[in-house]
Amino acid sequence: MKRIAIALTVNGKAVEVVAEPREHLADLLRGTLMLTGTHIGCEHGVCGACTVEIDGVPQRSCIVHAGSCDGASVRTIEGFADDAVVAALRESFSREHALQCGYCTPGMLVVARDIVLRLPDADEARVREELAGNLCRCTGYRGIVRAVLGVLADRRAGSSRAEPR
Amino acid sequence: MVAGGARPGAGTQSLGPLLNLRLAQPETIADLRHLPDYAGVTRAGDVVRIGAGTTHAAIEDGAVPGRVGEIMATVARRIAYRPVRNRGTIGGSLAHADPAADWIGVLPVLGGSAVAIGPRGERRIPLAGFVTGIFETALAPDELLRAIEVPVLPAEARWGHWKFCRKVGEFSKATACVLAAPGTPPRAVLAALDRPPLVIEDAGALLADPADEAARIVAGLGEMAPWRSALAQAALRHAATAAGAP
Repeated sequence: MKRIAIALTVNGKAVEVVAEPREHLADLLRGTLMLTGTHIGCEHGVCGACTVEIDGVPQRSCIVHAGSCDGASVRTIEGFADDAVVAALRESFSREHALQCGYCTPGMLVVARDIVLRLPDADEARVREELAGNLCRCTGYRGIVRAVLGVLADRRAGSSRAEPR
Repeated sequence: MVAGGARPGAGTQSLGPLLNLRLAQPETIADLRHLPDYAGVTRAGDVVRIGAGTTHAAIEDGAVPGRVGEIMATVARRIAYRPVRNRGTIGGSLAHADPAADWIGVLPVLGGSAVAIGPRGERRIPLAGFVTGIFETALAPDELLRAIEVPVLPAEARWGHWKFCRKVGEFSKATACVLAAPGTPPRAVLAALDRPPLVIEDAGALLADPADEAARIVAGLGEMAPWRSALAQAALRHAATAAGAP
């Protein structure tokens, strides 16, 4: 199949790749750019493991194809290393045992960050609704929900640092 | 490109999974997101024009003004998941016409039109007749869906929307939407069936007697699995009750 040149920004850096337009973004990130923090689960938009930020909002990288990514700005889990909200979520996830195998965690963190920033008043029911698009087969979700609620509560209390509870 | 056989694509949140599963194998996809003014909402008089490329998330966040916007925001929030809504578009969903999709089971009650564009120019297709089959629409092969136009609604318009999903965000097993606005007969739509949505242009009887009328409507659709019949009736009943039925 014909390959095309695609210019995009990944984690703040301009990159140019040559790819088949039908290759999905998750494969492009992992295979071509070696950003293996993005995980691939179902490859049809259901499990949420591949969720990354595209043009500032969380999207599924498995059902976004390379041909539609020219000019896009992509932020993968590697690109959140210095992000304050993700830092708080990492601590909270660790404290609440919100991961076991870690496969769903990159997508969970991208979505959890979006919840924290977009829905600062979210209660448990809303957090569960918003997390419904990210499947976890280890934890039973309780730890993940508590971890997100913990960061929300800390931010509401005006504290940027998560305190042990 | 589309006239030459390319498959139009917008957010590809429905087409993408079909590509990955090899259920759809188009030679070429034309990315409609490059069209000028493809996304965005404008109001002219009593009509709100919603660009086909407007995302579900934008509608959820209030891009559509007024009472009709409140209704559409509530529907949008129930579509799949936020990361899907951030890319998926109202026009893409409508033109794809998956029988279990959300907008095909709501837009017909709002009245209004789909704005199609093609070599012969622009034409308007009533939303009530836009979906003609499973994955089939009234669009000609060389036409694209450009926008959706819906009339504004008075603040006192009542409505109900009910869909059955065992899990938040999964495809609906039965969807109904009922709108009762002053001055026009109430309208209803029943969707997520093995057929195009059933549009009821005068749903007065459903609002007067939801249980009996829901049973009569569903029986009129012919043979159907008992669970599906029960869900379809429940959808109509709940939507009618929310729209003001006793």
